Amino acid sequence: MSLMAALVIRRGEAWQRFEVEFERGQSVLDGLRRIRAEQDPTLAFRYSCINANACKECMIELDGKVVYACTARLEPREMRLQPLSNKALLRDLATEIAPPDERL
Amino acid sequence: MCFLGAMSIYGLGVEAIVALGEITRLSADVLVIGAGAAGMSAAIAADEAGSSVLLVDRSLIGRGGATVMAQMTVAVALGEEVPDRWENHLADTLAAGRGLCDEGLAALLCENGPDEIRRMESWHVGWARHPDGRIRQAHAPGHDRPRCCYVDFLSTGPAVSRTLRAQVQRHAKIRRVGDLCITDLAVVDGVASGAVGFAVSDGRKVAIAAKTVIVATGGLTRLYRRNSASQNMGGDGYALALRAGARLRDMEFVQFFPIGHLAPRLIGMDPIMWDPFRYKLGGRLLNADGREFIDAYGVSEDGTYKATRDLATYAILKEVEAGRGSPAGGVYLSFRHVPPDKLRDAFGPVIDRLARNGIDLASGDVEVAPIAHYHMGGVRVSDTLETDVPNLFAAGEAVGGANGANRLSGNAITEALVFGRHAGFAAAARAKIIAASPWRDDAAAASFALLAEEERGDANCAALIVALQDAMARDVGPFRTAARLGRALTEITRIRRAMGAAPPPVQGPFDTHRLDWFDLRNIVLVAEAVAAAAQRRRESRGAHQRDDFPAPDEAWAKSQVITFDGEHLAFDGERAIAEAVP
Repeated sequence: MSLMAALVIRRGEAWQRFEVEFERGQSVLDGLRRIRAEQDPTLAFRYSCINANACKECMIELDGKVVYACTARLEPREMRLQPLSNKALLRDLATEIAPPDERL
Repeated sequence: MCFLGAMSIYGLGVEAIVALGEITRLSADVLVIGAGAAGMSAAIAADEAGSSVLLVDRSLIGRGGATVMAQMTVAVALGEEVPDRWENHLADTLAAGRGLCDEGLAALLCENGPDEIRRMESWHVGWARHPDGRIRQAHAPGHDRPRCCYVDFLSTGPAVSRTLRAQVQRHAKIRRVGDLCITDLAVVDGVASGAVGFAVSDGRKVAIAAKTVIVATGGLTRLYRRNSASQNMGGDGYALALRAGARLRDMEFVQFFPIGHLAPRLIGMDPIMWDPFRYKLGGRLLNADGREFIDAYGVSEDGTYKATRDLATYAILKEVEAGRGSPAGGVYLSFRHVPPDKLRDAFGPVIDRLARNGIDLASGDVEVAPIAHYHMGGVRVSDTLETDVPNLFAAGEAVGGANGANRLSGNAITEALVFGRHAGFAAAARAKIIAASPWRDDAAAASFALLAEEERGDANCAALIVALQDAMARDVGPFRTAARLGRALTEITRIRRAMGAAPPPVQGPFDTHRLDWFDLRNIVLVAEAVAAAAQRRRESRGAHQRDDFPAPDEAWAKSQVITFDGEHLAFDGERAIAEAVP
């Protein structure tokens, strides 16, 4: 049986647990994208450049520490993900990170 | 074959508009859609020309798109390494384009490139320089001399993005709005009048009245599973333009970057990062037997970097097909012959980033394979970047024609800067002679209807997008046959049906589920344009290689022009009928 990564994700007030197959070398963002495609397309998080750490949009908190989801490695254990606590929450892991003068 | 087009989506009727709720209304002389290098350059130019400018992006301003991902290089005839003239750059561009370049657009790019590079320099972009102050220019494949400038280390795109973003901010009158997804252009009596969309952050419906509109949304790399650009590169500008009545050209020509990183898994680095390594250090492409193979395909590299992108892609995939590929399905790229101190001189901190990924180039090879990188095709425009719809312009990769059937290394950022600036000036000049946007709510009724809030579709569009990317990668990649293209078109039709005619219900802020539906609506239309164009072109040329028609055919030394009537695509005025569909 293959190893699993358990992503426990804060969605509003509640935490939801998702399990994805662990593949060595993958990023947390890879895991989140797989959850959207395979389990729950309503899960919200920000990202743009996917892998290059160029857009800097995918900042979240992993086990209480701020990380880029695209450079944090997925691990075969329970990983707790929540939105940036110093930014206004939009939904799930997505926060309002646009400069105020670039919002509608 | 039945092509269910956007008409079924539009079939909701005008009455749905009453259920709309509040609309946020914006207006500007010039609306620029897309905030990469092309869009930001266009916004700056239009502002300098005295227009009021609204710059919007589906992602955050200056963060999404392809520009920020471009690690190297920018091709321009600066003549800093050796004497050069823009006509030399043009000759190389036309040769790379395999007979399909729009020469007017290619000349515009090459002639004006040096001005844009100097302008970027005056804005402190920081081009890499020799100790004596000359700008460094690398010799990239397909160029007759060193012509490609860059920012160290692997920072060209981020530096260009950051520099333009700072300039946009200094042009205080430019209104910037990120997280705004444009769903349709608005056309009144055949003339562009603005756009309709919604705010990603909170779902608000948005109507934008504009005198002129510039589409600067980039390309379509997201249509493929392995790609080198941001996830918002889903061909949306092509779909927006098509539905607005503009024509597309050359849609079958998707550029695959030959040596995209494949294995071992790298994080925090762009998959096209090996390009700059090859510029600076040469490197050797090896097959599973440890042999350099590229010379068997007509190019002698001998540790240097010479093969053009279409040829290298061809050679790598043919090696894999012949069973001489690497374990992950590519070939090896080796720098083991380069002394470690030379590696560090050339790439400093990048060597440490590689080490953190477990890669030591002095002792091991990496696996590389072609990866979707750029789109030569796009919106058909005049020499002033105006589309076939009056007052609708295009800039950057969204434009088709400048690069023909295959793009020369380094032309993409040049094209973004030059076309952006020219489109910005042209759109501003036009806006000056227009009293007011012809915007009418009723003309945008169908677009508003699609944004209505009642509960409708429930498809998992994230999964459908993955399915479409798989189909495109499998059957509409660098090698094509009538049968594979037919299979892709069948799959595209299946996906279009599965996504349904309406988006999922609104969930609230940052509704990526709904965003996926609107993205997929564009993606399926553009994927069909690519696959159907590829199926009609019964020859091989540049980035379009048909296994069933392996040679170029002089009769095909021409572009295919695509229109959309709301239901069907048509090629050169002829309705698309797919072949070989069960």
